[in-house]
Amino acid sequence: MKKLMMKGNEAIAESAIRAGCRLYFAYPITPQSEIAEYMARRLPEVGGVFLQTESEIATVNMVYGAACTGKRVMTSTSSPGFSLMQEGISYIAGAELPCVFVNVVRGGPGLGNIQPSQGDYFQAVKGGGHGDYRLIVLAPSTLQEAVDLTQLAFDLADRYRNPVLILADGMIGQMMEPVELPEMRDLSTLPDHSDWALRGARNREPHRIAAFNIDPVGLEKMNKRLQEKYRLIEASEQRWEEYRVDGAEYLMVGYGTIGRILKSVVDSLREEGIPAGLFRPVTLWPFPKRRLKELAKKVQLIFVVEMSSGQMVEDVQISVEGKVPVHFYGRMGGVVPTPEEILFAFKEVRKWK
Amino acid sequence: MRGYITIDSERCKGCGLCISVCPAKVIEFSHRYNSKGYHPAVYKGDGCIACGFCYLTCPDVCITVFREVQKKVNVKV
Amino acid sequence: MEVIFKRPKALSDREFTYCPGCHHGIIHRLIAEVIDELGIQEKTIMVAPVGCSVFAYEFFDVDGTVAPHGRALAVATGIKRALPDRIVFTYQGDGDLAAIGIAETIHAANRGEKLTTIFVNNAVYGMTGGQMAPTTLLGQKTTTTPYGRTAANDGYPLHVSEALSTIDGVAYLERTTVSTTKDILNTKKAIKKAFLAQIKGLGFGMVEVLSTCPTNWGMSPVEAQNWLLENMVKEFPPKVFVDKVGD
Repeated sequence: MKKLMMKGNEAIAESAIRAGCRLYFAYPITPQSEIAEYMARRLPEVGGVFLQTESEIATVNMVYGAACTGKRVMTSTSSPGFSLMQEGISYIAGAELPCVFVNVVRGGPGLGNIQPSQGDYFQAVKGGGHGDYRLIVLAPSTLQEAVDLTQLAFDLADRYRNPVLILADGMIGQMMEPVELPEMRDLSTLPDHSDWALRGARNREPHRIAAFNIDPVGLEKMNKRLQEKYRLIEASEQRWEEYRVDGAEYLMVGYGTIGRILKSVVDSLREEGIPAGLFRPVTLWPFPKRRLKELAKKVQLIFVVEMSSGQMVEDVQISVEGKVPVHFYGRMGGVVPTPEEILFAFKEVRKWK
Repeated sequence: MRGYITIDSERCKGCGLCISVCPAKVIEFSHRYNSKGYHPAVYKGDGCIACGFCYLTCPDVCITVFREVQKKVNVKV
Repeated sequence: MEVIFKRPKALSDREFTYCPGCHHGIIHRLIAEVIDELGIQEKTIMVAPVGCSVFAYEFFDVDGTVAPHGRALAVATGIKRALPDRIVFTYQGDGDLAAIGIAETIHAANRGEKLTTIFVNNAVYGMTGGQMAPTTLLGQKTTTTPYGRTAANDGYPLHVSEALSTIDGVAYLERTTVSTTKDILNTKKAIKKAFLAQIKGLGFGMVEVLSTCPTNWGMSPVEAQNWLLENMVKEFPPKVFVDKVGD
């Protein structure tokens, strides 16, 4: 399979089309408008539907409607737009509808800026919208991984009838790398969903989709069903990457673009004879806590780096259950840390130990 | 035209709209209560002209309207 | 005896949860009669709003869903774009369509989405207990305008149909009432035309039905009909605004 030099945003879009997505609704927002522009050109070529909407609120509700029909549908946005989508996501999760979201995270809070950031972790993983629901969250660190995780996102969404979020950052959206794209999916092989989808009640009882039950006992039953599903996802879908963890005494933890930068940091430390390794979560929900807890037992110190004030670090602390000290280094405002400054920060911490 | 109506007294909420529109004035409130505590509307039993106004205005679709079928008479000449 | 009027097929068996005398029930029945007469029950999908008619999807025997407040036309757009040959309609109140959902309403109309919307305008927020709506009349007392609505503080009653009538994507637009038997029959014709606008692929079809809310207006159902005919009709004249459907 030949490699194509592509921009991250466009690679994600093409991967979605090859996964069988033929419905895309979106509102432009930097740094991901190229996904919408690419879809506007490409979807008519494959007989799909592209619609630029009037707002992210309209977008998420169109995604809800299209997902009700059981077809593969996606949208993409960036942080402020994703904030607007939260109510709709709560409805989608409550109604158990499959669909894919992409958030190309930028500096925040508020209007922030258009630089890469990881400040939306809490929003993605802990809620964002109201109620007891969870999003499956996938965090690519390279463009190839973004292409592969886009395929996985649609499969997981259909398998579990749950919304899936690809949490990228402005770096991944904007950079260019060679990628290998998968084959175009034969649409007739996509999951059917005719047992619940809204398609017109022909020769059957009507289907009714509503994340709603005025009876509290009934609503609790609905919630318990969701919770059982989430336990199953937690048991089966944790994903991560380990890099040079054999013999490591210090474990770096980071995801996305930071996960990639930390590989350089680990290599530099190893060259200096400092036994460091990297644990890179790929699913942020379900967080790969089983494996992290195991690795934590073998190291003296865990060093978490994020482009935020420290959000994933709390899940790291929860996972290691206090068994090992967890330290944090972060940059905010869309600043991307260099390997050198991370090295320096780590060595400062190690001195105190 | 002679007619006849039935009113589902359990669906009826005693809103009175059918009574207010009936041109023949053949619907009234019952003295008894239905299980929801409303006085349902009832057909007085006679005089319906099968206009259908009650059906048109009933918000709970309680009313079914019947019309007497005109008998065909075969006359041999 | 033969039956000349009975419960339409497109309604489910569920008892309506509306207040006594509420016009929602009449309008639901008219929609169901139109669905029966057009023979489209098996390919109709509906989107219910948030409001008193939040359970509307339970009252019709068609595939249905309920949208977040105000967003029914966006949800309906998603369904229609995914399944263009199905008939998709929304049913919305004045808060849903004209306050929180006004952007989705304008843009669905502007895109000429082949959708049908039944807009129930009763000048008040019913489900939440009688607060002001965009269509509340000046001087009208509601729980959030206890001294009567004033233009200085709250602006004017919003004329939704007039505003939408300027949009090219609209194929059928009429305002009606269901307060007399003649009006009820006329509303049914209007609803049928709004569905035909979709079936013929002409564009966006909407019927704004002026309706009573006896409970929150503090009147009996018959008194409420009279108040509507004496007051609301002056502010919101029933008429055909757009008709590209023809006969």
